[in-house]
Amino acid sequence: MRHTLAVLVENKYGVLSRVAGMFSRRGYNIDSLTVGVTDDPTMSRMTIVVKGNDDVMEQVTKQLNKLIDVIRVIDLRAEDSVERELALIKVKSDVNTRSEIMQIADVFRAHIIDVGSKSMTVEVTGDEGKITAIEQLLKPFGIKEMARTGKVALSRGKKNS
Amino acid sequence: MTEPTEKMIGARALIECLYREGVDTIFGYPGGVLLSIYDELYDADIRHVLVRHEQAAAHAAEGYARATGKTGVCLATSGPGATNLVTGIANAYMDSIPMVVFTGQVPSSLLGNDAFQEANITGITMPITKHNYLVQDANDLPRIIKEAFHIASTGRQGPVLIDLPKDITVQEFDFYYPDKVELRGYKPTYKGNLLQIKKAASKIEGSKNPVIYAGGGVISSDASKELLEFAEKINAPVTTTLTGMGGFPVEHPLFLGMLGMHGTKYANYAIQESDLLIAVGARFDDRVTGKLKAFASNAKIIHIDIDPAEISKNVKVDVPIVGDAKWVLQKLLEYSSPAQSEAWINRIDHWKKDNPLYYVEPATGNGIKPQYIVEQISAACKDAIIVTDVGQHQMWAAQYFRFSKARTFITSGGLGTMGYGLPAAIGAKIARPDKVVFAIAGDGSFQMNSQELATAVQENVPVIVSIFNNGYLGMVRQWQELFHGKRYSSTCIQDSVDFVKLAEAYGALGLRVTTRDEVRPAIEQAIASERPTVIDFVVECEENVSPMVPAGAAINEIMNLESKE
Repeated sequence: MRHTLAVLVENKYGVLSRVAGMFSRRGYNIDSLTVGVTDDPTMSRMTIVVKGNDDVMEQVTKQLNKLIDVIRVIDLRAEDSVERELALIKVKSDVNTRSEIMQIADVFRAHIIDVGSKSMTVEVTGDEGKITAIEQLLKPFGIKEMARTGKVALSRGKKNS
Repeated sequence: MTEPTEKMIGARALIECLYREGVDTIFGYPGGVLLSIYDELYDADIRHVLVRHEQAAAHAAEGYARATGKTGVCLATSGPGATNLVTGIANAYMDSIPMVVFTGQVPSSLLGNDAFQEANITGITMPITKHNYLVQDANDLPRIIKEAFHIASTGRQGPVLIDLPKDITVQEFDFYYPDKVELRGYKPTYKGNLLQIKKAASKIEGSKNPVIYAGGGVISSDASKELLEFAEKINAPVTTTLTGMGGFPVEHPLFLGMLGMHGTKYANYAIQESDLLIAVGARFDDRVTGKLKAFASNAKIIHIDIDPAEISKNVKVDVPIVGDAKWVLQKLLEYSSPAQSEAWINRIDHWKKDNPLYYVEPATGNGIKPQYIVEQISAACKDAIIVTDVGQHQMWAAQYFRFSKARTFITSGGLGTMGYGLPAAIGAKIARPDKVVFAIAGDGSFQMNSQELATAVQENVPVIVSIFNNGYLGMVRQWQELFHGKRYSSTCIQDSVDFVKLAEAYGALGLRVTTRDEVRPAIEQAIASERPTVIDFVVECEENVSPMVPAGAAINEIMNLESKE
């Protein structure tokens, strides 16, 4: 089972390596990891996607909490959170295929952010499924390069207060 | 109130911080990048114990910490000085011992440059410290030191390392020591959840076969008095782990001895037959549990631990209680009533009678069984602090010494570090000069840090090293005998060293004991000498530690090892 953890950490040198080191040392696998500062510049937010059953997740959460620089760990359940990932996909293209690629991008509400004589670059945002879907559709044209940010996520606002 | 600031350099500030943390002793070894610090130490009101190898500084600081409960402090230079500390730091981490470790570092401007004697010690020690710091500005130094002592000594204790680049030690700044620590990511839980405690109490009341399994956490939280009262109140037998030894009086009728691989048969039987296991400050280590699936499989488990990550790490727990052992035991005392354990206690008494720890005296009459030496040390000086190395002698010390108080057994449990004994004994003796301190060692282990005899002599620390000299790396030899058809591959070290001459070369007292009759007089002579002493006890070569549960077996699958004549 895959879990998305939001981990608030001190914005200090070496924190990423402490977190990553804990995962590798204890044999847990990271599917993706993103880091960025929060509205509070002394704090960073890591979004970590981990595979594991409930026992593994319990240990991962506890071990993360043991790190002094970790301030808070939140297990973001899919139903209670919003998540996005961004991908840049450089696709082979020429005069014949350009418009077709643009149409696909349109359907996915993706943007064309660069066009060259032999390629164009598509920027797409969405959940993992959406990005995988557009990737599949663009594959036949030939994907030259692709960069994915990994997931970022926030818990949903309370529906009734 | 903030205290007035004063201008000073980093090295001076370090000393000021140590004063404020109540540090009276540090163990260390100087080096190029530490010159300013050593210059300040020259007339500081702190005892600096110069070891002969940095590894010993870490072990000695740990011995000091374990004998007192205070935080041990050690210091080494950059590069090899720092890497030599690594084993000692890992040891303290595994056994959760409070320690603050200072390392010198190359100047900030050279960091990452592969400079002379540079090692990335914060990177190296990340997995074996509770936390570590690289100081980037002297202004941060007082806060960092304050935090380090706080982190090391609270919650689940452990080592914290502070790496000090040389330029920081000479940087002048306005010194100010904070009186509070503010760490938003670190808030250990001391008070256990009352609902859980009440739930535990009701489980105890309904239990017929309860067993208390106590670990090093009882020692760390000074909870041995509470443990005793609790065990008596609920009428449950107590077994301790290796690091929990001393946490419960050996001569108490409820005591089962140590459990696990070399535990008593009755402790292991009791665990396997129990219906309620109360773990206090213990972590279900593989040397304790044997085959996990078969461990206490009929028991409900209450687990009291200050580290939430230990709960349900190895064994599924029914009633987890996160908190300080002392605090939780006090509350449990309040809420618990006795278990229905009378028949159970009777049954255990029978197991004790039928399966005692035993050994056979050698047929030759005057040969020495190692167990006999432990008994004689115990009889000669029952209040002694026993520090051990790692191996057979360590197990015999745990099995046969009649411990009555906490902090009198100091041993490398989790990491199993050979060479730990002598330096840790030096640290313990410096911390407790009023106590007789024995380092029980094997002839193998002792040679891993025997250079520390020089420290003991120069610093006039009268520890008594008792070498159980069997000419083998005994524990490995035992496994080779049992599991590899007596093919003693690289475990024979017979006649390689004259330990008496070695002791004398260092200016220590050296005694050799080859017959049973000489054992006790030699022990008495060593105690009376008040000098660093090495006693070379020439013991029976192939005696085995018994009982023994082979690795990976259930703990009631006990091998019958005959004590050899």
